[in-house]
Amino acid sequence: MNYNFKETMSKPERLAPGHRMCAGCGGTIAVRNVLRGLHEGDKAVIGNATGCLEVSTFTYPYTAWEDSYIHNAFENAGATLSGVEGAYKALRRKGKLDETYKFITFGGDGGTYDIGFQSLSGAMERNTDMVYVCYDNGAYMNTGIQRSSATPMYADTTTTPVGSESNGKPQNRKDLAAIIAAHDIPYVAQTTFVQNFKDLHVKSEKAIYTPGAAFLNIMAPCPRGWRYNTPDIMEICKLGVETCYWPLFEVVDGKWILNYEPKKKLPIEDFLKPQGRFKHLFKKGNEYLIEEFQKEVDRRWEELQFRCSR
Amino acid sequence: MAKRDRLSGNEAVAIALRQINPDVFPAFPITPSTEIPQYFASFVANGQVDTEFIPVESEHSSMSAAIGASAAGARSLTATSSCGLAYMWEELYIAASNRLPLALALVNRALSGPININCDHSDSMGARDSGWIQIYAENNQEAYDNMVQAYRISEHQDVRLPIMICQDGFITSHAVENIELLEDDEVKNFVGEYRPENYLLNPECPMAVGPYSITDYYMEAKRNQAEGMKHVEQVVLDVAEEFAKVSGREYGLFEEYCMDDAEVAVVMIGSAAGTTKDAIDKLRAEGKKVGLLKIRLFRPFPADAIAKALSNVKAVAIMDRAEGYTNHGGPLGADVMSALFRARSQALAVNYIYGLGGRDVRVEDMESIFATLEQIVKNNDAGETYRYLGIRE
Repeated sequence: MNYNFKETMSKPERLAPGHRMCAGCGGTIAVRNVLRGLHEGDKAVIGNATGCLEVSTFTYPYTAWEDSYIHNAFENAGATLSGVEGAYKALRRKGKLDETYKFITFGGDGGTYDIGFQSLSGAMERNTDMVYVCYDNGAYMNTGIQRSSATPMYADTTTTPVGSESNGKPQNRKDLAAIIAAHDIPYVAQTTFVQNFKDLHVKSEKAIYTPGAAFLNIMAPCPRGWRYNTPDIMEICKLGVETCYWPLFEVVDGKWILNYEPKKKLPIEDFLKPQGRFKHLFKKGNEYLIEEFQKEVDRRWEELQFRCSR
Repeated sequence: MAKRDRLSGNEAVAIALRQINPDVFPAFPITPSTEIPQYFASFVANGQVDTEFIPVESEHSSMSAAIGASAAGARSLTATSSCGLAYMWEELYIAASNRLPLALALVNRALSGPININCDHSDSMGARDSGWIQIYAENNQEAYDNMVQAYRISEHQDVRLPIMICQDGFITSHAVENIELLEDDEVKNFVGEYRPENYLLNPECPMAVGPYSITDYYMEAKRNQAEGMKHVEQVVLDVAEEFAKVSGREYGLFEEYCMDDAEVAVVMIGSAAGTTKDAIDKLRAEGKKVGLLKIRLFRPFPADAIAKALSNVKAVAIMDRAEGYTNHGGPLGADVMSALFRARSQALAVNYIYGLGGRDVRVEDMESIFATLEQIVKNNDAGETYRYLGIRE
């Protein structure tokens, strides 16, 4: 696909400025760029799970959303958009609506991996014609950085605090993209902010215009929760990909495709080092924790390579 | 032309829904309401409706999807019972606060635990403060008639609130009774087209639903819902009047049975009212001045009209098919007693908890209640006002 950075970035904003998200928030970058995947003039209904994005973009009586938008609750964005999409089908069938609409839902990892997981699984299994976009910042950031099942191992969060008896979160993160791929839906992809947003743009457009259910998992760093220097977000994302912590892949009609293979896979320290939530890993005597982390990254990377080689 | 048939309450409601032909019906099975979506799925499979039927993975999702569909501009509904309603609890409030006129066919069943599949009203009583209109039925005919009237009430421009059409689990939902159905086109004409003003799929104007609303607006939003509720009584009466013209069957906010000269009365909700009427017929034949006030509209609560209807009784037994755990009675008891207090009534009132988890209520039971009321009048003392009927000690 031809990708023109300037042209893509010059498309009219569908999330208006003036919302109350933090400066440098990865969630907002994800949303604006997913919406650039919509063709100009095409109508959409946007769904949203409760989270930072919802409370900061639709604070009564102001909305930042140019398209129709619905927030229902924390755990039911999948089901809510199922209902909207159902209404669309019914109204079209009954001759009450001529226009075509696209349906896009945004949720953070808390609303997607955890509390909204059942509702999401149902919507995907029913092959609802929508894109569910998870902006994954690896914790419940809206309530103040609590661990989620997307939080990486050893991360320091407010419910897995580092202490004399704790090295942060003891468990690995859930591989949600693989779980959604196991729903056998037409399109699943994992991406983040790299390559001048080309990977994210291409995948968003594909996801939006693939008939049936589609799922995008976007690593969207949170400067507050990850504790890196806010302007370094693009560098953090690049390191996530170059260390193979956050590989770029697609699952199209069940076929796994690896979209990017680093020429030289960087050590995981490079990704962990700039982030305050992993500061304790670099204390003397904790080298084994980084080794454990590396082992897990390697294991998952090999598993992904195997899936994509078939 | 009316059609005579023999139907269970669930089938009757399902037929009403076929005749209404709603736009979106998300559903999840739970005893005893399961049959409603089951019948409806066969209507979809046979092309008798063009509804989008969404078999979701939980009741939380069925209500969530019904809300999404309604916000999108569709006429939507779901059906459930008991724990299914409890699981939707959060969503009930959201539907009401969004002023969405969707419907819920509720088949009343006891809440767990212990787990029990039979009738009581603990499920819908738990949702009584959620901002939904609640209408109850005594029998299958009423369940059908209430369903046909539901959207006319909820979609009314002065109301715009979700509506719960309740019937008693198994007692009416599964028991087959004679029933009179309206013709399909009579229902279609009566219910009419749904034309929302603002909705997500309006190509002329996008809309945002479900805002974050903090202290500067939240209270106004709640007050706004209460304003909608204030219009419900009149709309229920107006819709009933129109319905009577089509069906010949009359409805009000409640039904008064032998109340004109009643000295003692029972106030209750649901199928046990039929049993109570039998007891009244028997006692009236013996010359006793006994009556029944059967609640139809429970939310909003027509307190003034109820107090007026009870203004000449000397003693009243308020029957609750749900506990309130207040140590002094159930939810209907609290509402009726407060209505009597507001009206400065001198009636002696007692509150019974009865029929929990499907505990049978017999004609003799209701006769015993009337006998107790007579005794209360005689003693001029209500005695213990918080009582249980039919409990095994």
